[in-house]
Amino acid sequence: MPKKPITKEVYLKWYEDMLFWRRFEDKTSALYIQQKIRGFLHLYNGQEAVLAGSLLAMEHGDKMITAYRNHVQPIGLGEDPRRIMAELMGKVDGTSRGKGGSMHMFSKEHHFYGGHGIVGGQIPLGAGLAFADKYNGKNHVTLTYMGDGAVRQGSFHETMNLAMLWNLPVVFVIENNGYAMGTSVERTANHTEIWKLGLGYEMPCLPVDAMDPVTVYEAMQDAVDRARSGGGPTLIEARTYRYKGHSMSDAQHYRTKEEVAEYQKLDPITIVLDRIKENNYATEEEIETIDQRVKDLVKECVDFAEASPFPDKEELWQHIYVQKDYPFIKE
Amino acid sequence: MRIIQFREAVCEAMSEEMRRDERVYLMGEEVAEYNGAYKASKGMLDEFGPKRVIDTPIAELGFAGISVGAAMNGLRPIVEFMTFNFSMVAIDQIINNAAKMYQMSGGQLNVPIVFRGPTASAGQLAATHSQAFESWYANCPGLKVVVPADPYDAKGLLKAAIRDEDPVLVMESEQMYGDKGEVPEEEYIIEIGKAKVKRQGTDVTIVSFGKILKVAFAAAEELEKEGISCEVIDLRSVRPIDYDTIIKSVKKTNRCVIVEEAWPLGAISSELTYMIQKRAFDYLDAPVIRVNTADTPAAYSPTLIEEFLPSPEKVIKAIRAVLYKD
Repeated sequence: MPKKPITKEVYLKWYEDMLFWRRFEDKTSALYIQQKIRGFLHLYNGQEAVLAGSLLAMEHGDKMITAYRNHVQPIGLGEDPRRIMAELMGKVDGTSRGKGGSMHMFSKEHHFYGGHGIVGGQIPLGAGLAFADKYNGKNHVTLTYMGDGAVRQGSFHETMNLAMLWNLPVVFVIENNGYAMGTSVERTANHTEIWKLGLGYEMPCLPVDAMDPVTVYEAMQDAVDRARSGGGPTLIEARTYRYKGHSMSDAQHYRTKEEVAEYQKLDPITIVLDRIKENNYATEEEIETIDQRVKDLVKECVDFAEASPFPDKEELWQHIYVQKDYPFIKE
Repeated sequence: MRIIQFREAVCEAMSEEMRRDERVYLMGEEVAEYNGAYKASKGMLDEFGPKRVIDTPIAELGFAGISVGAAMNGLRPIVEFMTFNFSMVAIDQIINNAAKMYQMSGGQLNVPIVFRGPTASAGQLAATHSQAFESWYANCPGLKVVVPADPYDAKGLLKAAIRDEDPVLVMESEQMYGDKGEVPEEEYIIEIGKAKVKRQGTDVTIVSFGKILKVAFAAAEELEKEGISCEVIDLRSVRPIDYDTIIKSVKKTNRCVIVEEAWPLGAISSELTYMIQKRAFDYLDAPVIRVNTADTPAAYSPTLIEEFLPSPEKVIKAIRAVLYKD
């Protein structure tokens, strides 16, 4: 498929989407401090171009799966952000009725398959989603995301091998934000060019500047096309950066403020906004309108989540088995 | 009635369900071209082809996880582990993904998958190849765990497992695949979670499951010569457990011995003992006694594996103890 032109509409959508994701995450951070969101909370700030570029390459029916930095992906795919916020606050109107929380977002309707808490555990699942589509003769592609830490897990390597052996329609995306929690990439292996892990499996593989949604999109479109046309998997190392700590409880002693500041100069939202301004895609007023819309929607999410009740105690026993009368031990 | 081997019953169950439902496939090491490490999938590659009977490299974590993903996307995989000893490298996918997906997604994504293969010891295979993990898996909400002990149950329970909308582990035994038993020609399904009284008796209830049930039967037959009447219950499912059948029997016999091929701590026998004291305390004429494996890794030497495993002699001793016959 020829590359889609990066039009004014694309830039404006990217700007609004990415800004919303950023503001949404910022709000969850504030709610966490207020203890309205509990547990672990991993924010996507800084990595938005990976998602924005990917979404442009996806077609209806294509699937996405990732690890636990996963609040905004289902929103990008079309899930109601109010329900994501409700899930974060443990409310019954959340996507998992308050049973999943921050690390376990799902939206089957919008082809988002989680939301997974065990590093690397989702990698074979992504290949499995693709396996089923291929088995059923469906022309869909599964985008399987992981962090740079996950590539040191055995699940990654077993899945690389099987996905090539069975020529599965899957794209593996390593979101390399430089750190597996507090452990930098150079401290996890004898090399830092993660994309080269694909070479051993003879899988097409490449690094991509993932602070810019355009470069992400271009690499992703090639990979998605390859998978859809029967050419099998691709491994993309998306070089990105997270502005926040690994989770909310991260003092970030492993990196300097100067390093974070350097990457903030490459902020994907700023990059997109600058191009909008350079090309006169929007007036200052129109940009302000977008900013206001984003602000309003974030507020709407919080209001919705605040208004939603916590689940009844009986909800604990729901959705463990499809079998309706499963005899749980209650004595 | 027709007599067939346990492995043939397994093969029939899988084949019938694959004929019935295109979404069912079999995946595992040596399942296709080799016809199964224990010939439980003999002829299936010829009938169903490589799309649905799929050999894998030795990568349990990888192919178990891929099959969980496939189940999330509408297929109904049967994953064979050459033994459940090897499922340990795939256990993250079973416990964290297969068992939890329906709950974590708030009911959006269920995982209709079967993990099957032999469990526990199979001769002098030493520590890593002789382990029984039924109680480990049974401990985990979200899973169902069945342990057939004869060809009839193997077929009926496996067919039920394949049709189940929840993840089911079907734990067999290398030492049962050659066992023969009555299996009707016509189709049948055995409901998961129902124990079966396989021998009627009045003096003591013996509860067991899986291959080691043979030891319980051997003990019961030996004691019959002395006029001791043993009721033998095959649990058939260790998650869920059919407590009612056990409690009913214990209320009748007032004595219970549990025979389990597994380590004693946190075992199925521990769980049964709790429930018996809770629900039949006033009916017990003796403490419940269990016969488990030794609280050690299995060892290779014939004298050591004999010491490790439950035996008819050990079970007879336990029965005599609950009858105060020694």
